[in-house]
Amino acid sequence: MNGPQANGSHCPDDAAAEQPLVIYLRNPALAAVLAWLIPGAGHFYQRRYAKAALFFICIMSTFYFGFALGHGKIVYASSDRKLLFACQLGAGLPTLPAVVQAYRIRNGREPLWGGFMAPPQVDQSWGEDELSSWHRVLGTNFEVATLYTMVAGLLNIITIFDAYDGPLVPTGEPAKDDRERSDPSESESSPDKGRSSKKKRGKGKRKTP
Amino acid sequence: MSILWYAFPVLVSVSLVYGATRHEEIPYIVRFAWHTFTWLFGFMAVLFAIIWFVAWIL
Repeated sequence: MNGPQANGSHCPDDAAAEQPLVIYLRNPALAAVLAWLIPGAGHFYQRRYAKAALFFICIMSTFYFGFALGHGKIVYASSDRKLLFACQLGAGLPTLPAVVQAYRIRNGREPLWGGFMAPPQVDQSWGEDELSSWHRVLGTNFEVATLYTMVAGLLNIITIFDAYDGPLVPTGEPAKDDRERSDPSESESSPDKGRSSKKKRGKGKRKTP
Repeated sequence: MSILWYAFPVLVSVSLVYGATRHEEIPYIVRFAWHTFTWLFGFMAVLFAIIWFVAWIL
């Protein structure tokens, strides 16, 4: 089997809803790592192109809208923002410069790239520390922008699970009956061994047949 | 008040991504996302009304 396999039509009618949807997850661990690095990349690797595009557009636009709203100042790693940055780190590669900058500053070196994603400097000759000046300039946008980037990171975390194990069974679905971790007969014939996930289509609250 | 407009893009994004982690095909995702969006919006609207009312009577 090559790539994801889906049975039936793409119309959300009841007939199609009764047919199971088989999703070929290829190498789920690799897909999960890719999904973390670049939102949607894991799904692109799994050839789930529509969802890859949706995740990429939604998460990256959320992240960079917040980033632009905060004038690029609101993504940085410091001891007083551990939880916030942990959420932002979920967005993957776009936040990695902040990790590099925090590592360099912790080791007493100067930040790279003109201070891009570097933590604010505490002491300045003119009396106001850098973080205070950011708050003064950005106002409430500092918090809103931070929230946007955190939401983007958290959203990407649930897409990592989607890349690793396929979509969650909606509320009311009988999970054990409908989910199939792997199909040995199909995996053996596959050139690149992977995993498939069989999901039921359609609305969440459907009774068990 | 204008800061509330910032909630809409987040609501849209969260609804779509959340829907896409529940379904695989776009029609189902959009349908689920719309339900999520209306639920979240309604929930936030109720909270806003309560907070606004409390602030008004105090």
